[in-house]
Amino acid sequence: MTEIFGVPTQALFGQLLIGLINGSFYALLSLGLAVIFGLLNIINFTHGAQYMLGAFCAYFLLHKLGLGYWWSLAIAPLAVGAFGVLIERTMLKQLYKLDHLYGLLLTFGLALIIQGIFRHEFGSSGLPYPIPQELTGSRNLGFMFLPNYRAWVIVASLVVCIGTWFVIERTKLGAYLRAATENPALVQAFGINVPRMITLTYGFGVALAALAGVMAAPIYQVSPQMGADLIIVVFAVVVIGGMGSIMGSVLTGFGLGIVEGLTKVFYPEASNTVIFIIMAIVLLIKPAGLFGTQK
Amino acid sequence: MRHQKIALLVMLAIFAAAPLVVYPVFMMKVMCFALFACAFNLLIGFGGLLSFGHAMFLGTAGYITAHAAKEWGFPPELAILLGTGAAFLLGVITGLLAIRRQGIYFAMITLALAQMIYFFYLQAPFTHGEDGIQSVPRGKLFGFIDLGNIMTMYYTVLVIFFAGFLLIWRTIHSPFGQVLKAIRENEQRAISLGYDTTHYKFQAYVLSATLAGLAGATKAIVFQLASLTDVHWTMSGEVVLMTLLGGLGTIFGPVVGALIIITMENYLAQLGAWVTIVQGAIFVVCVLTFRRGVVGEIAHFLKKPL
Amino acid sequence: MKVKQLAAAVALALGTTAAVQAQVSDGVIKIGVLNDQSSLYADLAGQGSVVAARMAVEDFGAAKKGMKVEIITADHQNKADLGSQVARQWYDVDKVDVIVDVPNSGVALAVNQITRDKGKAFLVSGAASADLTGKACSPNTIHWTYDTWMLANGTGNAIVKTGGDTWFFLTADYAFGHALERDTEAVVQKAGGKVLGKVRHPLNTQDFSSFLLQAQSSKAKIIGLANAGGDTTNSIKQAAEFGIVKGGQNLAGLLVFLTDVHGLGLQTAQGLILTETFYWDQNEQTRAFAKRFQQANRGIYPTMVHAGVYSSVLHYLKAVEALKGDEGAKVIAKMKELPTEDPLFGKGRVRQDGRKIHPAYLLEVKKPSESKYAYDYYKVRATIPADQAFRPEKDGGCSLVK
Repeated sequence: MTEIFGVPTQALFGQLLIGLINGSFYALLSLGLAVIFGLLNIINFTHGAQYMLGAFCAYFLLHKLGLGYWWSLAIAPLAVGAFGVLIERTMLKQLYKLDHLYGLLLTFGLALIIQGIFRHEFGSSGLPYPIPQELTGSRNLGFMFLPNYRAWVIVASLVVCIGTWFVIERTKLGAYLRAATENPALVQAFGINVPRMITLTYGFGVALAALAGVMAAPIYQVSPQMGADLIIVVFAVVVIGGMGSIMGSVLTGFGLGIVEGLTKVFYPEASNTVIFIIMAIVLLIKPAGLFGTQK
Repeated sequence: MRHQKIALLVMLAIFAAAPLVVYPVFMMKVMCFALFACAFNLLIGFGGLLSFGHAMFLGTAGYITAHAAKEWGFPPELAILLGTGAAFLLGVITGLLAIRRQGIYFAMITLALAQMIYFFYLQAPFTHGEDGIQSVPRGKLFGFIDLGNIMTMYYTVLVIFFAGFLLIWRTIHSPFGQVLKAIRENEQRAISLGYDTTHYKFQAYVLSATLAGLAGATKAIVFQLASLTDVHWTMSGEVVLMTLLGGLGTIFGPVVGALIIITMENYLAQLGAWVTIVQGAIFVVCVLTFRRGVVGEIAHFLKKPL
Repeated sequence: MKVKQLAAAVALALGTTAAVQAQVSDGVIKIGVLNDQSSLYADLAGQGSVVAARMAVEDFGAAKKGMKVEIITADHQNKADLGSQVARQWYDVDKVDVIVDVPNSGVALAVNQITRDKGKAFLVSGAASADLTGKACSPNTIHWTYDTWMLANGTGNAIVKTGGDTWFFLTADYAFGHALERDTEAVVQKAGGKVLGKVRHPLNTQDFSSFLLQAQSSKAKIIGLANAGGDTTNSIKQAAEFGIVKGGQNLAGLLVFLTDVHGLGLQTAQGLILTETFYWDQNEQTRAFAKRFQQANRGIYPTMVHAGVYSSVLHYLKAVEALKGDEGAKVIAKMKELPTEDPLFGKGRVRQDGRKIHPAYLLEVKKPSESKYAYDYYKVRATIPADQAFRPEKDGGCSLVK
């Protein structure tokens, strides 16, 4: 058995692969957050709770309506996204003229409410959600058994991330959106309904969070607390990637997953801290983030 | 100013008489958190900097004090001093790293640093992780005042709280405090007037960190326990809540905010998750419609600063 | 003559209860059930423990004997600071005389200290750390139900004897996990086995994939799960996902409860070997208890923790009655003096170090085909007699043992 730095290669590849899987979630979540912050300058602390809502939506769809995983992938993001639109219309709109920090505090409060309600109803131990039939089982890769579902997670998030990036950076719709956030008055003068674009964009970012929630449900258990500690890590990812940059967040998300996986092999005690150390360093050297541009 | 002095005397009277009617341990908890919130308010209310990692000072001081009192046998006054000193050091180090950034970036970097500290304490053997440092002895203050007696402990905490509060009072009413307020209002103008704003902000940050540490150190001796809860980011969120509810930038706001939040937590504790829901609701309501906070609204009504 | 005797008897009875009332603090015996009601230990203890306590008070006949007993409850959320604050407030303000249950060894150790400082009583049913009758032993505390030493010796020994001689530990990173790992490691090594590695995970972990991978690469025959509740069920489920058992390794659930097996389902849990001190389907008395219990507890059957709460509260009330008072250390001493007997654990006793002794059962989870009715989950593999099930009194390092 070959060894790299005293660790058997099998273990190394195994952990890297797991890191990639975790990285897919980080990427998917930070994508939504980056869209919302990068384009709307809203710090959406509710993102973790919305991720949790997506997972619960999948759970309810299955247990109350008998609708399985594939249905949930479509319905949950729409449902939670609509909820996001509601939040934006009723509450966030009023805070645009104020300091950004109020937006952060509002969304933080909303997250507490949502998580509190679900914890009250469901406790915090987590509800089981089955892996869809088509994706059960695992493939023996030699150095580890890779569960098929987790392989699907990697593929699906890559597709979604690249797709979103493409829409925002390379299509006309995306161009309007980017223009609207840079200079809303001018774009509105061109006849484009800017407030509606902003609302829909927020809804889209939230829908991405919900999508990540549905994909997480079969492996991470559906629990009211699932988003709470994850949100801090996702913030770190977005900050490192550059708060305005979609591609930056996606790359950092995957990258973080891999770095975490490596840390777990060589120095597991630091695996939780490594992201924050990187974030602190990046903020000191290049506060706009690795791929971001200073606004 | 005179009405502020009256308010100060009223507050002192209330806290001095409270243990006769209210469970003293509860009031001690209120005072520790009130001090914590006041320290936090110094930074955001008067300095304009939202730190989302203030729990790291509370918790660090708590752990150091608990360890010193339990494992090294320090008398309580030295243990508290040591804990506060540790918070001071941490304040200096993190301040040097964070203070050059503004607004959101400042909040994010304080959050990142606080998370690092949290995970460090999670792993460090001396904190005993999830169990925390338990059975911290109260000891004898100055070698002869037995803090095991609940009333003695209470009045000691009152003295500490009052001393911390007075320090903040003096700071706010001093020329230093005026410059801070100027920086909060319009930093560019303050710079153009020749003030080294970074330096002022740094000093405010370190002072805030040290007093937060004092609160944490005292808390560890009162409750004879130091645990991970004190360094978790939800604790940082709580102090923001207390200050926001009480009134950002008011002197007495944080005390009122702390009192309300701790009372609410106590009464709703039986209902578990309701505490979180109510906290979230208070955040939302405060941000949308009640931005001045309780004391801020009172001050606005009286047309005098509080 | 008979009337006079009857009158005398009535007067004596009334007088006795009056005497008991007079010396019981504030005339009320207040029992505080403190446990996790919303997190990973909510099912194995939680509200069920409150039900068990109430049943004990009923069966004791407190009302008929004229003793006023009140039960209050709180959720400690697995936080030592919250647990100790509640305990303090209960003792100082709410006049609670005895705290029962407290799963989560970290919280239990904190409450243990506070109870001792305030001179009250503490009956631990839910927590596992054997330190409660070892170096943290106290004249105010009795450790009921089970502990890490018993688990290690029951399950650990049995597995090593059947060939599982190389181990890798997946441990919950707090007092309980460390104690269980330490005690099991000692058993494994004494039986001639080897521990190839260990990894610690935070309490309430959702994703065990990287830990399981490390366990896999260690190539140990047995992966010992030194955790409980939700952490154990998650590890077992994810181990299945990663083909751990297919790859030739076996899982040893060092602390598994009836409710965990129920949550996992027999398909996943079949073949698991575990040690408990109570199983509802043992005899007529336990079955009768279970029937009453599940009616009051939303259909959930009793775990050994619930049984322990019932048994400890029952014995406590007997001791208070005999002592005619409820001062903490004195009641505990009386409880050690009186032999115990209840429909759930049978006959037993409490040792000087505060350890309650009763037999332990080595159980195996049935295959789905072998289960005939609700909660029919276990086969009894062996019975470990009471005097062998727990750590010898002299080995604990308890200062109360002379």
